[in-house]
Amino acid sequence: MKVSFTLNGEAITADVEPRTSLADLVRGEHRCTSVHLGCEHGVCGACTVLIDGKIARSCITLAVALDGTAVTTLEGFEGDALMDRLREAFRAHHGLQCGYCTPGMLITAHDLIRRKGALSEAALRQGLAGNICRCTGYAGIVAAVAAAMDEHGDTARAAAIAAE
Amino acid sequence: MKPMPFDYARATDVPDALAALADAEAGVRVMAGGQSLVPMLNLRLATFPRVVDISKVAELRERGETADAVTLGACVTHGEIEDGEAPEPAAGLMRHVASGIAYRAVRNRGTIGGSASLADASADWVTTLLALGARFVIRGPDGEREVAAPDMFLAPYFTAMTDQELLVRIVVPKTSRDATWGYYKVTRRSGEYGLTIGAVILDPARDRASVVLGAASRTPLACTATAAALRGAPRWTDALEAALRVAVAEDLARGDRPFEPHEAIMVETTILRAATQALGVS
Repeated sequence: MKVSFTLNGEAITADVEPRTSLADLVRGEHRCTSVHLGCEHGVCGACTVLIDGKIARSCITLAVALDGTAVTTLEGFEGDALMDRLREAFRAHHGLQCGYCTPGMLITAHDLIRRKGALSEAALRQGLAGNICRCTGYAGIVAAVAAAMDEHGDTARAAAIAAE
Repeated sequence: MKPMPFDYARATDVPDALAALADAEAGVRVMAGGQSLVPMLNLRLATFPRVVDISKVAELRERGETADAVTLGACVTHGEIEDGEAPEPAAGLMRHVASGIAYRAVRNRGTIGGSASLADASADWVTTLLALGARFVIRGPDGEREVAAPDMFLAPYFTAMTDQELLVRIVVPKTSRDATWGYYKVTRRSGEYGLTIGAVILDPARDRASVVLGAASRTPLACTATAAALRGAPRWTDALEAALRVAVAEDLARGDRPFEPHEAIMVETTILRAATQALGVS
């Protein structure tokens, strides 16, 4: 089946089987290798992308269902100021070990900060709960997101979280 | 993990979807957000020869309100309810429930109608919509009919709908403005399906109290004895708590299975915590 949508700003048309997931299409055919497949049933969050500006699991989204939409993978965030801050904070706060969960963590954190601004640590952890890090490096990830949140907005509260 | 091959069609409107469902032998499955269906297909827990996508049907994305009810199209997403992009009928209960379903990436695509149609006994909406006294508007080859919540959820993954029918919208009666609610869900990990769910709605202005225990049995259990004990209760007292424990035991005895002792404790605690929240006890 033919499907057309924009991928990171570029119009694409693909001819796919209906069972093809968005993740398999963009990773396999369009070299968006930031889209990591962990569980392939919507639990781990490693394949998180944006569809029309909203985060979604690309492993449980059928490519054929996306006609006319705009899909953004981590590759599409080049030059995004908040994403640059998040990347720098992940580096500074040891927010990644093996890196497998990192693209999903970054996109989820970006969405969280964009929608909610500053958050308590409990709310921040709740917001990231759908992304699993099998290295269990959550302390560094939470500190990194809190630090990026700090530069984005509520300084005092985020600093307190990052210090923990 | 890839699904078995299947055919895909996108319905343009409700008649188009119903036409696709008309052939009972074809094994057609409706897909709204696909957030339960696609995982089941990926895991090959389910296989269907054909999937009909209803997520772009404009009528199913509509929402509205009258003086006494809110209407939600079947394809309104959890995320839209969470964000207040749909009218709220119950003093914030629906927004609260929506915000606790799975994770944001799932809520952005998962729909209230899909959840109700799948009728997983542990799903938040199944419990919540029963507590709210919602009505389900179902359209099929013989036209439209309305099913009340107690008649909708018959067994796990089994509703009053036939395979040729489609849930088009859900009508949720509004509570009075000063109604209060409590919602307590036990999960081992945030975002999972509940092990138990307690939903309590107190609406003194209408002399109404509603208590539902979800996820603990084959279908959500309307706890009428507990609701009667809570009706008109002005505040939390030791006497009320004692009366509620008796009432909860009476309600559980009417459940569709006996509870193990540890389950009975968890279930009682779930209901009592929802009740204390509804009564404003911190």
